[in-house]
Amino acid sequence: MSTTVLTVDDSRTMRDMLKHSLLKAGFRVLQAEDGLDGLEVLKTEQPDVIVTDLNMPRLDGFGFIEAIRRHIDHKTMPVLVLTTEVDSEKKSRAKAAGATGWIVKPFDPVKLVDAIRRVAV
Amino acid sequence: MDSMATIRRTFFQECEEQLGELETGLIKMESGTQSVDTVNAVFRAVHSIKGGAGIFGLDGLVKFAHAFETTLDDVRCARLLPTSTVMATLLRAADVLADVVRAAREDLPFDDNKTNILISALSKLDQNAVIHETSPPSESITEHSSTDTGSKNWLINFYPRRELYAKANETALLFRELNRLGVVNVTIDTSRLPELSQIDVDGAYLSWTINLLSDCTESVIRDVFEFVDGDCVLDIANPTEAIVVDEPPEFYGGFEFFAPMGVDVSDTAQPVEKIEVSVKPENITGKVEASATSSIRVDLERVDRMIDLVGELVINEAMLSQRILEAGIVRASGVAVALEELEHLTREIQDSVMAIRAQPVRSVFQRMPRLVREVATQTGKLVRLLTEGEGTEVDKTVIERIADPLTHMIRNAIDHGLESPEIRLAAGKPAEGVVRLAALHRSGRIVVEVADDGAGINRSRVKAKAEENGLISIDAALTDDEIDNLIFLPGFSTASAVTDISGRGVGMDVVRRSVQALGGRISISSRPGKGSTFTMSLPLTLAVLDGMVVNAATHSLIVPLGAILETLQPRAQDVHPLDNKVRVLSLRGGYVPMVDVAMALGYRSEAIEPTKSVALLVECEGGSQAVLLFDTIQGQRQVVIKSLEANYRAVPGIAAATVMGDGRVALILDVDAIVAASRTDQSRPETIRADITLMEAS
Amino acid sequence: MSQSFTSDVKARELIAFRIGEQEFCINIMAVREIRGWTLATALPHSPDYLRGVINLRGAVLPIIDLAVRLGLPSAEPTARNVIIVAQIEQQQVGLLVDAVSDILTLNEEHIQPTPDVASDLVKTFVRGLLPVEGRMISLLALDHVLPTHALEAA
Repeated sequence: MSTTVLTVDDSRTMRDMLKHSLLKAGFRVLQAEDGLDGLEVLKTEQPDVIVTDLNMPRLDGFGFIEAIRRHIDHKTMPVLVLTTEVDSEKKSRAKAAGATGWIVKPFDPVKLVDAIRRVAV
Repeated sequence: MDSMATIRRTFFQECEEQLGELETGLIKMESGTQSVDTVNAVFRAVHSIKGGAGIFGLDGLVKFAHAFETTLDDVRCARLLPTSTVMATLLRAADVLADVVRAAREDLPFDDNKTNILISALSKLDQNAVIHETSPPSESITEHSSTDTGSKNWLINFYPRRELYAKANETALLFRELNRLGVVNVTIDTSRLPELSQIDVDGAYLSWTINLLSDCTESVIRDVFEFVDGDCVLDIANPTEAIVVDEPPEFYGGFEFFAPMGVDVSDTAQPVEKIEVSVKPENITGKVEASATSSIRVDLERVDRMIDLVGELVINEAMLSQRILEAGIVRASGVAVALEELEHLTREIQDSVMAIRAQPVRSVFQRMPRLVREVATQTGKLVRLLTEGEGTEVDKTVIERIADPLTHMIRNAIDHGLESPEIRLAAGKPAEGVVRLAALHRSGRIVVEVADDGAGINRSRVKAKAEENGLISIDAALTDDEIDNLIFLPGFSTASAVTDISGRGVGMDVVRRSVQALGGRISISSRPGKGSTFTMSLPLTLAVLDGMVVNAATHSLIVPLGAILETLQPRAQDVHPLDNKVRVLSLRGGYVPMVDVAMALGYRSEAIEPTKSVALLVECEGGSQAVLLFDTIQGQRQVVIKSLEANYRAVPGIAAATVMGDGRVALILDVDAIVAASRTDQSRPETIRADITLMEAS
Repeated sequence: MSQSFTSDVKARELIAFRIGEQEFCINIMAVREIRGWTLATALPHSPDYLRGVINLRGAVLPIIDLAVRLGLPSAEPTARNVIIVAQIEQQQVGLLVDAVSDILTLNEEHIQPTPDVASDLVKTFVRGLLPVEGRMISLLALDHVLPTHALEAA
């Protein structure tokens, strides 16, 4: 069974890009458009790794991660945050919310895959 | 299929949506009706464009979007008030952003001056921004690490805190990473492990000592721990046999660190201060609009499949009806009543399913303000755009195809409809003209109106021009309405009438044709001095069609109802042969060519006697008319449109197919094509009319 | 894709059918379903071998009269005729034949080349010959059965 990655991003371009890179690397890919949508996916799916954007409508990345960490079934799910924000304040907030790791956009597909392999059990 | 090319296409599609959001948001902000969400959405739109542009290496776009985003962030964080000056700059930036996006899409060079002017305008705004708090300067990373060409023996002490586990990090994975760097020897320290009964499942009790034999630098080792930095005590002792060399820090590619890298070893022993984060409510609730009504996302394919199936159901229900009728069951029987209920239910299901794919016209209307600003600038006119009924819903397939005609109608309204400010003032009108764009539902169709408060159509000029171009005979007696609608004739908007704005090589005849291709109609009404109104009416969906079922020879055909003007019963004295191929019908003083459809489709070789046929007067492309001859008419009905191309290919004279009540396929006639094919050479009906007039006279 | 369905017959199952006195076969993987003859709606300006279109659960399915297509004598179809619904690339097409006769499992080596004396029409559609229990069955390539280019229109 290949590693399943849930990507959460409000940009279709980014979702497609992630999907393209991840499928090529042999991952199974699930997609969600924002945090609420991501939580919806988690009701029926147990991805091995979540890659999420921070700045999203409805429920942003911080809220999404906090919700994951509060949930008994998901609290041990690795979450990588993916964003163009490079300022340290966002990073600290993401980490405080429970993010496992961090990737800066525009990403290098090789590094993205590497980051996922690093946190995937 | 090249998937990168596909993603690139998606990116530009998404850009268009983001630009629409951006414009709507900015206009809301300009009118002072914005909420926090509006500003966030505006920021996010530019941010998304920037993000995508980065993927494709569109540096110019990234640069401009970044400058734009910076200013929007000032507004978002209330460092900059959205005054009218600020908003004007932001709106201009949105227009330029759209241009840069489109240039990038077409791979065209873009004039840097244009972007640079705005970038400097934006940065001027940034300087005015009130800095509430000094954002911490990005911490510079200095690190002295040791390198050697040979392998070194690193001693790493690693003590995870419970936070490390809480964030779903795994110690074993870290060791796996270290193992890639060289030879690893791990020793576990279980001395802090309490009694089994006292163990907290979320607790952290273990620590490790790792010996790593590797030629890597310290920063490479720290990279392995980058995600857990701050959530563990990490002590990396200087390697034995070290030759100390100063070296710039080595970054791990696209990854950033949660905390500055050059952490002092003594520091790491201290508990790291917990960063308090209060998540503000707006972060959770987000877009109020979106969360007010709960919604689900469904793959369009699934909806289309369902629409297909419901089409099936409608057909099957019709088949069942027919069978029951054939079986001679009386209408008042229980079966007939139940059947009627089924019919009613089927219709309702069909309507509900079609409603799933319905979307508000907002997405198209959103593109118009910019168009209005552009055309206003080009023509030197002052224009205010009012929109109504943006929430009016119509099938997605229709929405995608109304943008073009709408664009032309609006260009036309500003360029030809509205007067210049001076003329307006002289006429006692406000200098600023109004263009009203409205959408509404009317008798099962969507009606889109574009009205201006300009001078109205100059009828004497239009008539003179139509005569000059040979579109109407001199001294033809036309009603005001007929004159107004002359502008839709092909060949009308040529030469002098074409300006830069409305021109672009496209006349109103093309607009009319594209509207008709959708099964719609377009007309204009005008009042001198008061303005003109274009009215476009379209079916709500392209999946079903209202048609007239007719027989041509032994074949059933469907004629789209939208094309039919009236049903005629030709009289012998009105039928005139034009040559041995074409016959015309005299109709209210004019002559209309007749087409025997069965012959045109090769169903028979002998032409039908027009007096023994049923004739339909139809309107075809360019507003010309023709009479189609059939054997009989069966009646009107709604049919589900089925593609012939899916399993076969396009057939000349046939627009599509449908399935009838008896389960058989019937063909839907392509009225334009069948009339065009039957025309001799390139002669237009207008010319035919002129010829006839001459013949009659002689 | 179509190649693997139609011409690659390494140990594949084939469906055999009759047209008049002759037997033909195609790869069973290309066959979607087999159904009885129903009256087709003629299409204007179509080639003579196109019987018209029928409704196959909501899709419009073109019906190829295989006898006409192969230059064999053909007759008006009756309720005894059979339509083989086949997948050719992205499209589905109905093949009008007299009857389905057999299902065969054969290896590549059983196929014999079409003799040079065969007509051009046969050579276009027949990929090879299979001797089965004293009968001679022609293996059809479906690729060219459907008119995809306007040139082929009547």
